[in-house]
Amino acid sequence: MARIVAGVTSSHVPAIGAAIDNHRTGEPYWQRVFEGFERSKEWIAKIKPDVCIVVYNDHASAFSVEMIPTFALGTATEFPIADEGWGPRPVPIVKGHPELAAHIAQSVILDEFDLTLCNKMEVDHGLTVPLNLMFGSPKEWPCPVIPLAVNVVMYPPPTGHRCFMLGKAIKKAVESYPEDLKVVIFGTGGMSHQISGQRAGLINSKFDHAFLDNLTKNPQKLVKMDHLEYMREAGAEGVEMVMWLIMRGALDDKVDEVYRFYTVPASNTAVGHIILENRKKAAKKSAPKMKRAAARAKIDRVRS
Amino acid sequence: MAPAKHTTEKEYDDIPGTYVFDADRSRLGYHLNMFCMSLMKAENRKAFKENEEKYLDDRFPQLTREQREAILKRQYNRLLELGGNIYFTAKLGASDGHPFQHLAALMTGSTQQDYADLMLRGGRSVEIKGNRSRSGKYANAGSSIVKAEKAKSKSSKGKKRRG
Repeated sequence: MARIVAGVTSSHVPAIGAAIDNHRTGEPYWQRVFEGFERSKEWIAKIKPDVCIVVYNDHASAFSVEMIPTFALGTATEFPIADEGWGPRPVPIVKGHPELAAHIAQSVILDEFDLTLCNKMEVDHGLTVPLNLMFGSPKEWPCPVIPLAVNVVMYPPPTGHRCFMLGKAIKKAVESYPEDLKVVIFGTGGMSHQISGQRAGLINSKFDHAFLDNLTKNPQKLVKMDHLEYMREAGAEGVEMVMWLIMRGALDDKVDEVYRFYTVPASNTAVGHIILENRKKAAKKSAPKMKRAAARAKIDRVRS
Repeated sequence: MAPAKHTTEKEYDDIPGTYVFDADRSRLGYHLNMFCMSLMKAENRKAFKENEEKYLDDRFPQLTREQREAILKRQYNRLLELGGNIYFTAKLGASDGHPFQHLAALMTGSTQQDYADLMLRGGRSVEIKGNRSRSGKYANAGSSIVKAEKAKSKSSKGKKRRG
């Protein structure tokens, strides 16, 4: 069966993407940010995920004010890079995993999470910056990616509780997929920042550290936090941290924190990053592996 | 597990210096934000730059007078107040060739250098008086996840804080 082995959270500040694209990563300002991800790159190269599910938000690229889906799952074969106003970022096209995405869609919708499905969707820096931070700048991304776009642009975004429960539903969906796939889930955005209005520039490092602590050990505490508190304490745009709770919900209750990085600022934002691993279950290891063809046959049986 | 409790309507208007982009603003600012979206295309940016007023009048006649004026004058806070969303209005700034911190400086009444310095010093603190609450209702609210060591660290300022 497929399983989620780990979760990664990372900010997705557009200026990080611009620093990569304009070859400015060596500047001291940016070095401070990129150095924090060196160990993460080594970690993910060792883990070698077969698929990554990336929870992110679109920034007026694929979705405008015409349609505002709360949860939009990318079920396409590939996701072109959006032109955000200065040409598409020079990063590889994002290849999807339509079979697993369709399976997740079916499972979580029947679990009462009413997703919007996207068979055509462009992805912006919200998704590609975290891929860069974890995988560097390869010619092709090393694995398929399933985008899950969450509305955090128009108030109200989904609650932290709803996000956490969606994560649980995604975990259940992945674990009922017969092919033997190793999945890593990303929660992106944050941490504290406000980029609008007279209070722009707000950063709350105390809040961010507490958020990271609780994300590992006591996510229930975060799940109860309402939007007003996010916006007041972590900035109007800091509310996007609810997306991290989808990642957390998709992991086991008890996890190991294998890495953490935090720095202020990248442009207008506090950069936070954490890697959480599910604890290995000795018993599960003996479960028989299923080959791709056999798995496909099983999926077909289930669907028909 | 109890879901997060709902805030009463518009309670977020108490957050200072903040224009929460809700469904009302989304509706009022629809044409304003769609104008910003149009600037993602190079040919539109060019047409807008050639004659801003004509571009707005020809293509976005539904803009209100106030919105039109705020666009032409690049009044970024006013744009937010009139239903603009920052991810959209940022496209207007980008079309002018400005980095985002230029916009942030305009919105905060600062210079770009001062704003950049503020960020390098760790950003704007929520602990500074007036940064949490307009009415004062949440002035000492703090966060439910941050342990209450605040009383200690703030005592130097000589302010009394109630639990």
